[in-house]
Amino acid sequence: MTPLINPVTLFFASIFTSNILLSNFLGMCSFISISKDWKSSFGLGMAVTVVMTVTAAISWLVLSYVITPLGLEYLSFIVFIVVIAAVVQILEMVIDRASPALYMSLGIFLPLITVNCAILGAILFMQIRNYGFVQAVTFGAGSGVGWWLAIMLLAAIRERIEKNPVPAGLKGPGITMITIGFMAMAFIGFSGMIAVQ
Amino acid sequence: MKNSKTLTILKDNLWTNNPIFIQILGICSTLAVTNSMRNTMIMTLGVTFATALSSLTLSGLKDLMPRKVRMIIQVVVMSFYVILLDILLRAYLPDVSKQLGPYVGLIITNCILMGRAEAFAQANKPLLAFWDGLTSGLGYMAVLMAIAVVRELLGFGTLFGLRVMPEGFVAWTIMIMAPSAFFLVAMVMWWAKSVQAKREAARKEAKK
Repeated sequence: MTPLINPVTLFFASIFTSNILLSNFLGMCSFISISKDWKSSFGLGMAVTVVMTVTAAISWLVLSYVITPLGLEYLSFIVFIVVIAAVVQILEMVIDRASPALYMSLGIFLPLITVNCAILGAILFMQIRNYGFVQAVTFGAGSGVGWWLAIMLLAAIRERIEKNPVPAGLKGPGITMITIGFMAMAFIGFSGMIAVQ
Repeated sequence: MKNSKTLTILKDNLWTNNPIFIQILGICSTLAVTNSMRNTMIMTLGVTFATALSSLTLSGLKDLMPRKVRMIIQVVVMSFYVILLDILLRAYLPDVSKQLGPYVGLIITNCILMGRAEAFAQANKPLLAFWDGLTSGLGYMAVLMAIAVVRELLGFGTLFGLRVMPEGFVAWTIMIMAPSAFFLVAMVMWWAKSVQAKREAARKEAKK
């Protein structure tokens, strides 16, 4: 087994050099549809970060103490997706009880997250790269923050684009894809500084 | 009557309501694999397989599912087919399976599967739902293959791994990397939307 990567390095690497959205294309659907609005983007980004950190921790535990010892690797997709759905559901109830104000801003996004590919993607990367527990959690948190950063940037850019003339056929998703392309190019500038694997 | 309905679904999913350039669904996982035609082909076949069969199953189960746990059941059915696919790939095409990595598992959260299950399989007969899933997958495949042709040709100078460009061709490194996929999808969207808008205008003109 290769020596485990330093968690701090991993945290920053997952935000910048291998941003889950801009270099792995994960979580695009909600990224494009929500980023129209700055406020919702903030809420969704926060929700994704929380869910990703928690699910990364829980799935790591499930993976190393249940799935691997029992040799159930072929079931891992189902297990992960159920873990995500369960965490989202529980989180929704907890937030609802603990802070109705937060629930108002965050709660509506929680159901969306179950089918956000970024979450499942982060877990699958964690499984393939054989991370340890600390690494898994920092990777989850870093990917969440990276996703958050990316959606906030895009939301701000889109607000400016709204006021500019765009060719009719490119309006909406078209110009957004081009913007994301430029953002991805900018993030490529970070690559080579640190590697995740 | 029934024949015309199947044709409408085909046309809808391939063109007027294409999952990629109109509904903007399922771009998540597969853009990453479009720099090689072989991987794209296998990946999109996998998505088509999973969408068609999960639509068929979910449509068959629709009267038995309580509304509250619908999402979970849908996701579990999809995971079932994706696991089958993953095992098949690992057994017969181990190198492709390795290159695709986590993206095979990510078919589960591909929005097309969920979208078809919610929008079509919920309200239609199993066979029709199967057909709908199949054609959605094909619409998806058509766009991604088009993108993959450009990316592989310019990025590596090959098609399906066979060299087609002349000796002195300088590969466009950008085509292998992430941003090019976004630009190409935007181009496809632009083209498709402009053509559709033109046809719409022509139809309105004809009505007058």
